[in-house]
Amino acid sequence: MSEQHSSEDIIACEGVNKWYGDFQALKDVTMRVKKGEVVVICGPSGSGKSTFIRTINRLEEHQEGRIVVDGIEMTNDIRNIDAIRRETGMVFQSFNLFPHLTVIQNVTLAPIWVRKTTRKESEAKALEILERVGIQEQAYKFPGQLSGGQQQRVAIARALAMEPRIMLFDEPTSALDPEMVKEVLDVMKTLASEGITMICVTHEMGFAREVADRVIFMDRGQIVEEGTPEHFFTNPRQERTKLFLSQIL
Amino acid sequence: MATSTPPIQRTSIPFYRDTRIIAIIVQVVFAIIVIGGLWWLYANMMNGLRRVNLLPTFSFLTVSAGFPIAESVIAYDPSMTYGQAFIVGILNTVRIAIVGIILATFLGVVLGICRLSSNWLLRNLATAYVEIVRNIPLLLQLIFWFFLTKAFPRVQESIEVGGVLFLHNRGVTLAWPRLADSFSFWVPWLLVGVAVGVIFYVIRRIQFVRRDRPGVALPYALLIALGTALVGFVATFFIAGAWPLVLEIPQLERFNFEGGITVTASFAALLIGLVIYTAVFIGEIVRSGIQAVNKGQREAARALGLTPGQTLRLVIFPQALRIMIPPLTSQYLNLTKNSSLAIAVAYPDLFYVASTINNQTGQAVPVILMLMLSYLSVSLITSLLMNWYNRRIQLVER
Amino acid sequence: MATRVSQQQTRLPRTSALIVDWLRQNLFSSWFNAIISVVLLVFVVQVITSFGRWIFQTQGWPAAFTNLKLLFTWTYPIDQIWRPQIAVLLVALLLGLSAGTWRGLLRGIAIGFIGIMAVLGLLAFLLPPPVEGQVALPAWALLLSSAAVTGGTYFLGRAGGERLRWPLLITWFLLYPAVVLLIRGGFAGLTLVNTNLWGGLLLTLLLSISGIVLSFPLGVLLALGRRSEFPVIKFFCIAYIELIRGVPLITVLFMGSLLLPLFLPGGERVDQLIRAMVAVTLFSAAYLAENVRGGLQSLPRGQTEAARALGLNTVQTILLITLPQALRAVIPVLVGQFISLFKDTSLVVIVGLADLLGAAQNIVGQPQWLGTPGGVWREVFLVIAAIYWIFSFSMSRTSKRIEEQVNATKH
Repeated sequence: MSEQHSSEDIIACEGVNKWYGDFQALKDVTMRVKKGEVVVICGPSGSGKSTFIRTINRLEEHQEGRIVVDGIEMTNDIRNIDAIRRETGMVFQSFNLFPHLTVIQNVTLAPIWVRKTTRKESEAKALEILERVGIQEQAYKFPGQLSGGQQQRVAIARALAMEPRIMLFDEPTSALDPEMVKEVLDVMKTLASEGITMICVTHEMGFAREVADRVIFMDRGQIVEEGTPEHFFTNPRQERTKLFLSQIL
Repeated sequence: MATSTPPIQRTSIPFYRDTRIIAIIVQVVFAIIVIGGLWWLYANMMNGLRRVNLLPTFSFLTVSAGFPIAESVIAYDPSMTYGQAFIVGILNTVRIAIVGIILATFLGVVLGICRLSSNWLLRNLATAYVEIVRNIPLLLQLIFWFFLTKAFPRVQESIEVGGVLFLHNRGVTLAWPRLADSFSFWVPWLLVGVAVGVIFYVIRRIQFVRRDRPGVALPYALLIALGTALVGFVATFFIAGAWPLVLEIPQLERFNFEGGITVTASFAALLIGLVIYTAVFIGEIVRSGIQAVNKGQREAARALGLTPGQTLRLVIFPQALRIMIPPLTSQYLNLTKNSSLAIAVAYPDLFYVASTINNQTGQAVPVILMLMLSYLSVSLITSLLMNWYNRRIQLVER
Repeated sequence: MATRVSQQQTRLPRTSALIVDWLRQNLFSSWFNAIISVVLLVFVVQVITSFGRWIFQTQGWPAAFTNLKLLFTWTYPIDQIWRPQIAVLLVALLLGLSAGTWRGLLRGIAIGFIGIMAVLGLLAFLLPPPVEGQVALPAWALLLSSAAVTGGTYFLGRAGGERLRWPLLITWFLLYPAVVLLIRGGFAGLTLVNTNLWGGLLLTLLLSISGIVLSFPLGVLLALGRRSEFPVIKFFCIAYIELIRGVPLITVLFMGSLLLPLFLPGGERVDQLIRAMVAVTLFSAAYLAENVRGGLQSLPRGQTEAARALGLNTVQTILLITLPQALRAVIPVLVGQFISLFKDTSLVVIVGLADLLGAAQNIVGQPQWLGTPGGVWREVFLVIAAIYWIFSFSMSRTSKRIEEQVNATKH
């Protein structure tokens, strides 16, 4: 909901294609994201939305087209890949916390080993971030001792610890019990209001309506429709979008 | 939305940063190191062998072996070639493996069921057996059995068990069925039995397919075939005045037993040792296979209204079998590989014969190559057979 | 379940009623079970009585008990026996300290160790085996003092608390090379004891521990290689693993014994023990690789993805994320592999080393026992079977406990 968009594109994808064998997972996806923008991607399962978000930090490799993140082109150059991963933080559906490490170890791992900051410094920083997501008192527990909502907030903190300019959310609330969805969405809303660029694959339409600057609807590997939340929820143009919205709302 | 193209300058990537090229470089370097290392070892070996004038060759295979082999499945005498001696070794390994696998499976299934028995004494005795046998090295057990068979009395004073089994220091003599003169009267019955069984089986299967209903055909077909054979067996007695098969009781002659079959002490010790040892592991597989299915499945089947017999036949057994096949395969392979300990009990298996050939010819490299290839092919054939069976039961029971 | 008493009973049931109840439930629940029970009972009584009678009547026991020195250390010089004895005490010391700092499962292991050592020590004290030569510490004293050392250092470790953990871990890692050096000697005034004098239980333990310790790095690399995305590396690793697993250990030992000297330039003489060690290591690595691979496969894909998304590189991901988790998951399996290896090292007899089994075979063949009726093989083999059994049984119990704990912490 932040008002002052800079006109600069922080993510630019052009004609991205990806195949798994004969199956085309992404068809000619073209999309731009401005700095500070919050983009929600929705669509039926198997529509390629997760695949797409994962090509942005090279968890999946695209075969055709260009992806540029913060001026760095995603190529086979290992230095570019590392640079882009440093710019982007990712939050997964199944949290993917490291179960053999404590919460604070999870959060400080990447700063220590990738950013090469000192342990003391990263721990201070980690505690600060954990406070921001509201779980500083759990810092010395293991992930297995936390609830799903708390785990997902740790995962967000872990991503934030690298001070990314972009946050990628891959269905962050789908694996949560209903009563825990809100605590995670609240954290995400706070982040959005702080002006961080966010791309979020989610089915939480309430979140999309409230927070997103733009909603993108994908189906069968293609972007079918995109627009502001008002436009998207009140006046969709495409039949497929209407059908999807009628099923999900 | 901004319409300007993003500011990208296409720069060429230095090769040492390109993931694709890195992947190729890593693999090439790895291959060079491995192949180079192997080549270095090979070159050293050839140099060494050249120095002692023992370059590897397979020509010894056609030379007369000159050493006797105590027992053989095919005819063998010392004038035959090393190649033939090697084949005798392979056949002896296959022989002990097949007999061992059959007996170990039988004992293992019994043991597994005993471990689940409701009888406290039986259950705990089975447990004691398992815990004792699996924590003592197989080689020690084999040597123990070998000493035991060697400690049996002379043939003339052999220990008799039930009149059909004789233990003596040359081995074990067993009573064995022999074909009698009246056997020819029984042959037609056998043929008819097999034919009727096959026809019955085929008809039933066609019926099942046509009516699209599941059913059991094989046990009934076997029952019919066996029944026919049994009727023929009795009929032969009345027609020809003698049973078609007689159990031949070994008779003690001056120096040896006449009739029945005699296995050597080595074979007996190796077989007993392998069977007792492997049965423990098979028993554990059977036990955990049955236990894995039991949870919930039995209740579910009963809730559907299946009888206890149907539950066992249609629900428990097929699933347990499916769980059991892969670990069983590896136990069968283990038994086959463990049979190489035969050298400790002087049974002329593949390894024993190969090491004798090596001692005589000094051709270590070809002998080791042949030895390894033989074991690998035996392993491969066993796992192919078991995989085939595994696939079959997965299909049939689906 | 053995003493299931109906809950309606308000009075305490009489013991006799309890026994009858138990018998009916567990031995005589049906006529079929009753027959089995009776037959088995007769069988068990028969076996126990005849075995008991044999134990007291047989005359072969001296063969085993006068030769305990040979069984345990073979021809290791008697005046240097204090070196393996120190090794035992070192292990006892580290075990006690570790049990004190970590508690939990290690405390159970330490208690088991103390128990076994104390019982054996008392037995050795009450029924002293005739010991030949001058030994630094008699067997009973060694056994009892190692029990005491473990017990004492347990409290030390408890007092020391968590700050002892890292030093202890490092010491454990250094223990193996230190013990091997100590036993070999040849430096700092220690006389060199050639490996051809090593044998008995000492050799069995050294071979199996070397097998697992030395094969560990190779096995882990093979496991990682087999899961590598690089086809060339993957192919080599699969080929190695399947080749070794497809052939019996004895052929690998045979190969090590015949080919290893040939593989080296100049055809140096290679110590028979080293040959066996190399063979056991190469063999064990293939099995270890498969076990570790099982652990790696049990991890969800998301673990690597999360690490990658955070910017960790491949090596960091493996060392910090996947390997620690995979290894923790396969500890029980690795203990199981160690037990197998411990039993399998008996095969070195066939390539001419005198391990525990080899020592026993030698004793059985000693000329002075020729006159003993029936030979002495039963007694000697029974004693070493008991030694093997105590080791592998206690280890398998430990592995079961670890497994339970690993499973418990999963939830």
